[in-house]
Amino acid sequence: MKRPEPLAALPVLVLSAIGLLAAAFAFLHVAPNRLLAGQAFNPHPWLWIGAWSTVMACAVFQVPRHRFVAASIAWLAVVGLPLLAGLDAQRVLVHAAPSTRVQLGAGFWLMWLAAALLLLDRLRGLRIGVQVAAWLAALALILGQGVIGVLDGLALLREWHAQRAPFAEALAGHLRLSAITLVLALLVGAPLGWWVWRRRRSDGVLVGVLAFLQTVPSLALFGLLIGPFAWLARAWPALGSLGFGGTGAAPAVFALLLYALLPVVRYTAAGLDAVPADAREAARGLGMSRAQLLLRVQLPLGWPVLLAGLRVVAVQTIGLAAVAALIGAGGLGRFVFLGIGQGATDMVLLGTLAILVLALAVDLVFQGLLALTERHA
Amino acid sequence: MIEFEHVCKRFGDHVVIDDLSLRIADGEFFVLVGPSGSGKSTLLRTVNRLIHVDAGTVRVDGEDVATRDVETLRRGIGYAIQSVGLFPHRTVAENIATVPRLLHWPEDAVRARVAELIDMLRLDEPDIADRYPHTLSGGQQQRVGVARALAARPRIVLMDEPFGALDPLTRESLQTSLKAIQRETATTILFVTHDMDEAFGLGDRVGLMLDGKLIQVGAPLAFLRHPADERVRDFVGGTRARLRELAVRTVRDSMRGGEHAEGEPVDAAASLQDALGAMLAQGRDRLPVRDGIEHVGAIVLADLVLRP
Repeated sequence: MKRPEPLAALPVLVLSAIGLLAAAFAFLHVAPNRLLAGQAFNPHPWLWIGAWSTVMACAVFQVPRHRFVAASIAWLAVVGLPLLAGLDAQRVLVHAAPSTRVQLGAGFWLMWLAAALLLLDRLRGLRIGVQVAAWLAALALILGQGVIGVLDGLALLREWHAQRAPFAEALAGHLRLSAITLVLALLVGAPLGWWVWRRRRSDGVLVGVLAFLQTVPSLALFGLLIGPFAWLARAWPALGSLGFGGTGAAPAVFALLLYALLPVVRYTAAGLDAVPADAREAARGLGMSRAQLLLRVQLPLGWPVLLAGLRVVAVQTIGLAAVAALIGAGGLGRFVFLGIGQGATDMVLLGTLAILVLALAVDLVFQGLLALTERHA
Repeated sequence: MIEFEHVCKRFGDHVVIDDLSLRIADGEFFVLVGPSGSGKSTLLRTVNRLIHVDAGTVRVDGEDVATRDVETLRRGIGYAIQSVGLFPHRTVAENIATVPRLLHWPEDAVRARVAELIDMLRLDEPDIADRYPHTLSGGQQQRVGVARALAARPRIVLMDEPFGALDPLTRESLQTSLKAIQRETATTILFVTHDMDEAFGLGDRVGLMLDGKLIQVGAPLAFLRHPADERVRDFVGGTRARLRELAVRTVRDSMRGGEHAEGEPVDAAASLQDALGAMLAQGRDRLPVRDGIEHVGAIVLADLVLRP
C-alpha cells in the first residue's frame, strides 16, 4: 500500500478553500451600462459550495481515485465556469435594456484561477501527452463557446465585438513593437555580450550602466526620451518624415531595447562561458579561425543559454510594451489606458487579458524551442 | 623538421623559456620532459603559434612560423592536449573529421579517413562513430583526441601530456598504439610529459627541461647512464634509474644466444623489465627466449644485474 504523503493534499485543501471563499463573492455584476458599477449577481452558490466541498472531502478522506476526481472537477470548472457565466448573462439580458452589461465578478475570476491551479497540480506527474491533451481540450472548448456565441452576453465579449478592428490593430502593433525590440536586442546585445565576455568585465561599466537602466521606472524612461527624440526629428527632418519623433514607435522601441539589453548581454556572456575551455583551446590549436570557432563551436554550445535569455527578454518586453501606449506607440496598452481613462473596466480587462495570453503563448513557444535544442544536444 | 633557435619567452618578469635552441629531425619521436612550470608546454605551443615568442625563431620544415598564415600553419600540425577538448555537440566521426573538413577534403575521402583512424586507434566498439563524446570512457575519448590530431595526415604532431589523466593500464595501451602508428607513418612527434617512464618508453630522444632551459638532450639510455649533472641524476631517479634502464633495454640485447632454459619463454622484443617480471612470476633465474615461434636463446638474471 502506498504511504499517504502528508503534504500532497495541501495544495488541494488551500485551493478548494479559496474556491469556497470565492463562492461568497459576486459571480457576475449586472450594470445598467458599460461605465456604471453593477450589482452583484450570484445565481448558483450551492453548486460551487458542493463542488469545492467534494474536492476538499476527497483530499481529506483520501477516497479511492481522489486525484482523478479532483482533476475531473477542476477540468469541468475550467471549462464550465465561462459556459455558465455566458448562459447566465444571456438569461439576464433577455429582459434587460440594450445598454445593460453583464460583467464577470471577483467570484468568477477567483474560482477559475483556483480551478486552473488545481488542474495544474493534479495533472503533475502524469505523462506530458495527457497534460497537454487536457489543457488543449479545455482551451478548445472555451474558444468553441466563444465561436458559437454562448459567451456573447458577457461584457468582455461585447467590448471585443465593438472594438474588433482596433483590437486586431493593437494586437498587431504590440507584436510588431515586441518583435522589433527582440531582434534589435539580439543584434546589439549579442556582440556586446561577446565583448563583455572577451574582456572578462561582467562587473564593468557597460553592465553597470545597463543594470542602472533597469532601475529606472518604465514610465519615467518613456517620458525622458520624448525630449531627445523630438529634438532628433527636428534636427533631421528626414528622420521625422519616417515617423521618427518624440512620441510614437521609435522612442518606445528604443526604451524597450534599453531594458532588453541587460538580459541579452548577461545571457550571451553566460552562454559563451558554458563552452568548455578545452574545446575552445583544441579548436584554436587545430586551426579554426575566430569566425569558425564562433559559428561551429561557441554558438551551438552556448545557444541554449542564449535562448533561455531571449525567453526572459521576450516575456519582459511584451509586458513593458503595454506602457509604450502612453507615448503613442499603440499596442494593447492603448486598451488598458483608454479603459482606465473612461472608467470602462471591461476594456481594461480586454487589454490586460490579451497581453497576458500573448506573454504566455510566447513563453510556450520559447519553451518548445528550448526543448528542441536540448533534445538535439 | 622543427627547429628552435635562441627562443626566449617571458610572462611579465618571469622567464619561461631562456635562450633555447633545439632541432628535431623528420620522423623523430622527441619527448620534452620536466617538472610543472619548467616551460615545456610553453615551448610546444610556440610551434603552432598558440604562444608567440619574444625573441628567436621557430621553424617548421625550414620556414619561420611567424611568417606563415596562422590557420594554415595549425591545420598542417596535429594537436592533442591532456584535457582532450572534444567538441561535445559533435559525434566521434565529426570530431575526428574536424581538420579534413577545415581543409575542404572531398566527403568520401573524409569518410574513408575517419574509418581508417577508428580502426587504427582500436575504437572498435560497434557504432562508436555516431556516438557523442560524453558516452565514451576517458581512454576512448583520448583515442578520439589522438585520431583527431592525426586526421589530416600531418607530418608534425604536437602532444601536450595527452595521457596524463588516464589510469596506468589505459595509458600503457595508448602509448603502445601511438608508438606503433608513429613508426608506421614516420610522423614527427613532439611530446610533452612530466612522467620519466613515459618519456623513456616513447622517445627516440628525450630533452629534460628545467627553469626554461634544456639541461640534457639525448637517447634514453645515454640519459640514464651519463646524466649531465646532479639535477638530471635526481630527476631520472638516482638508484631507480637502473630500474628505468631495464624498461628501455630489450631482451634481445642482453640474452645469451643459443642457450637453453626451462620455463615459459619471453619474447626477444620484450623489455628487460618484462623479463624480470616473468622470472619473478615463475620463480626462475633464467628463462628461454623466442623470436616469434623460433627459440633463439636464454635470458639470465645475473646478466640483468651486470652493467653492460
